[in-house]
Amino acid sequence: MALLFSLEGAIGQGILWGIMALGVYITFRLLDFADLTVDGSFATGAAVSAALIMMGVNPYVTVFVALLSGFAAGAVTGFFNTVCKIPPILAGILSQIGLYSINLMIMGKSNIPLLNSGTMFSNLTDVLPNLGWITPNYLSVICIGVLFVILVIALSYWFFGTELGASIRATGNNANMVRANGVSTNMTTMVALMLSNGLIAMSGALVCQQQGYADVKMGIGAIVMALASIVIGETIFGRKGGYLRRLISIVVGSILYRIIVSVVLQLGLNPDNLKLFTALLVAIALSIPVLLEHSSQKSAYKKLTEAVESVEEKF
Amino acid sequence: MLKISHVSKTFNKGTVNEKKALNDLNLTIEDGDFITVIGGNGAGKSTLLNLIAGVYPPDCGHIVLNQREIALLPEHKRAKFIGRVFQDPLMGTAADMEIAENLSFAARRGQRRTLKWGSTKQEHEKFKKQLAELGLGLEDRLTSKVGLLSGGQRQALTLLMASLQKPELLLLDEHTAALDPLTAKIVLDLTQKIVEADHLTTVMITHNMNDAIRMGNRLIMLYNGKIIYDVRGAAKKALTVEDLHKKFTEAAGTEFSDDRAVLI
Ligand SMILES: Nc1ncnc2c1ncn2[C@@H]1O[C@H](COP(=O)(O)OP(=O)(O)OP(=O)(O)O)[C@@H](O)[C@H]1O
Ligand SMILES: [Mg+2]
Repeated sequence: MALLFSLEGAIGQGILWGIMALGVYITFRLLDFADLTVDGSFATGAAVSAALIMMGVNPYVTVFVALLSGFAAGAVTGFFNTVCKIPPILAGILSQIGLYSINLMIMGKSNIPLLNSGTMFSNLTDVLPNLGWITPNYLSVICIGVLFVILVIALSYWFFGTELGASIRATGNNANMVRANGVSTNMTTMVALMLSNGLIAMSGALVCQQQGYADVKMGIGAIVMALASIVIGETIFGRKGGYLRRLISIVVGSILYRIIVSVVLQLGLNPDNLKLFTALLVAIALSIPVLLEHSSQKSAYKKLTEAVESVEEKF
Repeated sequence: MLKISHVSKTFNKGTVNEKKALNDLNLTIEDGDFITVIGGNGAGKSTLLNLIAGVYPPDCGHIVLNQREIALLPEHKRAKFIGRVFQDPLMGTAADMEIAENLSFAARRGQRRTLKWGSTKQEHEKFKKQLAELGLGLEDRLTSKVGLLSGGQRQALTLLMASLQKPELLLLDEHTAALDPLTAKIVLDLTQKIVEADHLTTVMITHNMNDAIRMGNRLIMLYNGKIIYDVRGAAKKALTVEDLHKKFTEAAGTEFSDDRAVLI
């Protein structure tokens, strides 16, 4: 029964964090830019949302402002990379470290509890009926989460089919070809980083409202959780298939990741070891396809070689 | 018309690896010229094309394309006027995108990328016809990923992409060097066809002397960052491979005697 309850929680969490994974997917797979801004911009979204809610701003509006703050964070990384020519990983780390201080400035302290202020989730919980099989609390998370995920997936699907979106995908493939066709790869890198971090910050705002507080440390390890969601989704759905399928697989991957986490916690894993567990999970998920390929190639070689040798012996 | 005057390019200036790739080069390309460029490894052929395309800026000099000074214009802004095919078949296309998407992307060369749909149904009909003309069976594979094509097919596709939006100048850098002889011939014939159909002003680098003589109306030979031979029209048509070899050794010979002069 406890497991079932944690499952409901895991699904809601998976959906909200899944939006972050969708953001990371833009840089990690489409632009081919290992952006480490994530850990900072996720907390920025949370900080902005919490600080604004404390000022009495409508919780939905704060999510929109968080999105804009993520655009700004991505633009800073983009500036470091395209104008200052700082390599991607370093550009992201610089933003991430800088954002830690900025997030503290936005919050004014390292933790803002939202227990006595209405959030999107608490407001909805108050009006939802108790269905029995799911508490209004969990139901509100799933309702709002699904609403935002559908919105984000629909907009992503549309955007990456447009001329501008196609330019970003092409940049991840072959930056040289993009410039040869008259598109500035500085521009596409900038736009992709902004959109990516915008979604990440938006996810931060949603998670902060759902858990009822913002913490300056809440983004630590976010990038690894995003990668976990992406690779779990890819392991299950494969890396082929249409773009819509890829997007959905990421959210499913995120939900599965949360379920795996809640199961191992139920089984007695010390929460302090969760990050180590996640890191190992990602490492394994990334290496499985490579190892499988290698072993299947080896066994095929053995089989075929035996076959040709047995033919030879007959003569 | 493209007018290159007093253009030099030195790589790794001020280091032990300093290399003067182009040395005070002057060249005027008339509209409708189809120039073949030959020269040994490291002569500066690719550097010349990269300077025209804006991959890097020249150290000095002017590059003027149809009255526009483009010497310092960024690469993506020049792309509006310039179509390119590279030596490496992987360089000209996006492997994870469909054939149709690649064509649509190139059809918008030089245009602003908006939030309009990136690849439309009407375009696909047009692409089908154009791909059929290549004779490689690509017209039935519009939605295949380009990464699945062979090098020759990718070069043919890149060539088509470069000419979808008629360029003022077409730059081909050994675009058949990575292909087998038969495929190379197909792509060269295609080049000839496309250049003639659209009257494209073209510069083509090649290491194949026969192709250099056979194709185009003008031939230039580069040596050590300088143009040492520039011949056109009937004189070019009358050239033989031996003539070109002789020119090469002559150039190399003067260089050696210069060195000796310095030593003495
Ligand atoms: N980006 C670069 N950085 C440093 N040196 C370079 C660069 N590009 C070219 N060079 C050097 O400049 C010289 C001319 O090179 P370029 O590529 O123009 O020769 P090429 O005539 O195209 O030769 P090939 O027939 O081998 O393609 C060579 O010595 C080369 O090593
Ligand atoms: Mg070259």
